[in-house]
Amino acid sequence: MNAAVVDTEEPAFERRSAWRRLMRRRGAMVGLIVVVIFLVLAIFAPWIAPYDPIATNFLKVRKPPSIDHWMGTDEIGRDVMSRLIFGARASLQAGVISVLIAVALGVPLGLLSGYAKGWVDSLMMRIVDALLACPFLILAIAMAAFLGPSLTNAMIAIGLTTMPIFIRLVRGQVLAVTVEDYVEAARALGNPHLRIAVRHVLPNIVAPVLVQSTLTIAAAIIAESALSFLGLGQQPPAPSWGSMLNVARQFIGQAPWMSWWPGLAIVAVVLAFNLLGDGLRDALDPKES
Amino acid sequence: MLTYVIRRVLISIPTIIFISIVVFGLQLLLPGDPALALAGEERDPQVIAELRRMYHLDEPIWRQYLIWIGKVLQGDLGESIRLKVSVGELVAAKLPVTIELAAMAMLIAILIGVPAGIVSAVRKETLIDYGANAIGLAGLSIPNFWLGIMMILLFSVHLGWLPASGFVRPSESLSQNLATLIMPAFVLGTGIAAIFMRHTRSAMLAVLRSDYVRTARAKGLREPRVVYRHALRNAIIPVVTLGAIQFGELMGGAVLTEQIFSIPGFGKLVVDAVFNRDYAVVQGVVLCTGTGFIFLNLCADLIYFLVNPRMRG
Repeated sequence: MNAAVVDTEEPAFERRSAWRRLMRRRGAMVGLIVVVIFLVLAIFAPWIAPYDPIATNFLKVRKPPSIDHWMGTDEIGRDVMSRLIFGARASLQAGVISVLIAVALGVPLGLLSGYAKGWVDSLMMRIVDALLACPFLILAIAMAAFLGPSLTNAMIAIGLTTMPIFIRLVRGQVLAVTVEDYVEAARALGNPHLRIAVRHVLPNIVAPVLVQSTLTIAAAIIAESALSFLGLGQQPPAPSWGSMLNVARQFIGQAPWMSWWPGLAIVAVVLAFNLLGDGLRDALDPKES
Repeated sequence: MLTYVIRRVLISIPTIIFISIVVFGLQLLLPGDPALALAGEERDPQVIAELRRMYHLDEPIWRQYLIWIGKVLQGDLGESIRLKVSVGELVAAKLPVTIELAAMAMLIAILIGVPAGIVSAVRKETLIDYGANAIGLAGLSIPNFWLGIMMILLFSVHLGWLPASGFVRPSESLSQNLATLIMPAFVLGTGIAAIFMRHTRSAMLAVLRSDYVRTARAKGLREPRVVYRHALRNAIIPVVTLGAIQFGELMGGAVLTEQIFSIPGFGKLVVDAVFNRDYAVVQGVVLCTGTGFIFLNLCADLIYFLVNPRMRG
């Protein structure tokens, strides 16, 4: 087998065996299925939702679950189930986009910090320490407050506050990888730093970044719901699970169903991402192979 | 020992400086002219000019920071635009309420999380272990603001056992104080209990496999003595330091918990400030929590250093 074959076939083999290990984990598979169900609901919401999520009907104010409205109606007669299905869009979008922002900024900065070492690394680690010292949610609330309340700003705030986790993770991986023989060999052959970072270091940090991303999506979904619950995320009348809960809180005695479903949806999707993240961590762990 | 303490304190200083830069930098996120944003609905040019003068907005940004940090170092965190009270006074007034809530939440988290972690490790791969793990994972996945609403629905609306909201100071009535805080403290404590459970379990599993535990068993010691006197003593050290790290989680959770149960603490202060565009209060709260976190981490490191003989050696 020549070197070229090893280069192309080994990662494919590793990917296949990691996938097989993931498939063997029942919890992770349940998580994956739930995530896919919510993704389908979010993407095809206009075709799946039985009613318009923002259409009010004052003849059907706060009606309990029935044949017509499986999850009941809210304080201005909107169908809770339709709002829940459309609300999946805001939650999943916030979870995925805020983590993409965190990864897009955190991975290059972590690479730079771990690869440059010296004062650049020291300076960046002090900044990361400072960002991690501020409680995640309080910093996200503060950022969302200064940026102004909207779903986009909530995603930016969550992305920026979760970014230091990725900087620290990637930096740690880079420090571990750069002392490996094959990186030393690449350096000795005169490869430029950027090439070594992209071709040799980056592929080794994909697995931990993927695991961390999955777990951070769960945290980001809770954070978006919390910001929307406080009125700093998705703005009415557009539905989001957090803002639905905020309204439901005021009618807890008269219409408890208004608070059941959005809460259960958050728990289900967050639990699914946590299960998937835990499963991915085990499946991608080299000790497991 | 002294060298370690001095080195550890010195490392904290640049981190605190960077926290202050992050907090100061928040105002750069304000869209458009900061003076207009700070003025809110008020569009009087005199008010805007006064704000510009008060916050030195015409100065270069680095000078604005130096002026601001100079005042902070003298204990001046600015003034609340809405309440016309110094931010320092507001924080000092609200902090005891949140500290009481956080302390109760931490106690509940320890009382649930540590024993659950021990039982889960000792009864590894049994139904008890699977059940504890499932509850732990659920504890991490249930948002505390929803748990709070569900508990109000059960204990206040249906059963009528506990007040749905409000706060009574312990100096007024201790029993009423506990009645108003027990539900929010439980809500706040459950997520951290789950983290404690997972960490205690993995620390106990590692210790139970160690040589000295095997030796203790070989000596014929009874299992409870092996678990509690030999294993737990070592396994609990990292869990104790974890408590300090969870401070951030508690403060973040307190924001929502205090909002749901209408508790006039630190969290409610920041949410009210956000909606009243009272930016000095928001900055003050972030600065205080960040610095508090660094201080608690420092204490945790020093405790770890004191209780772990290997580090002293």
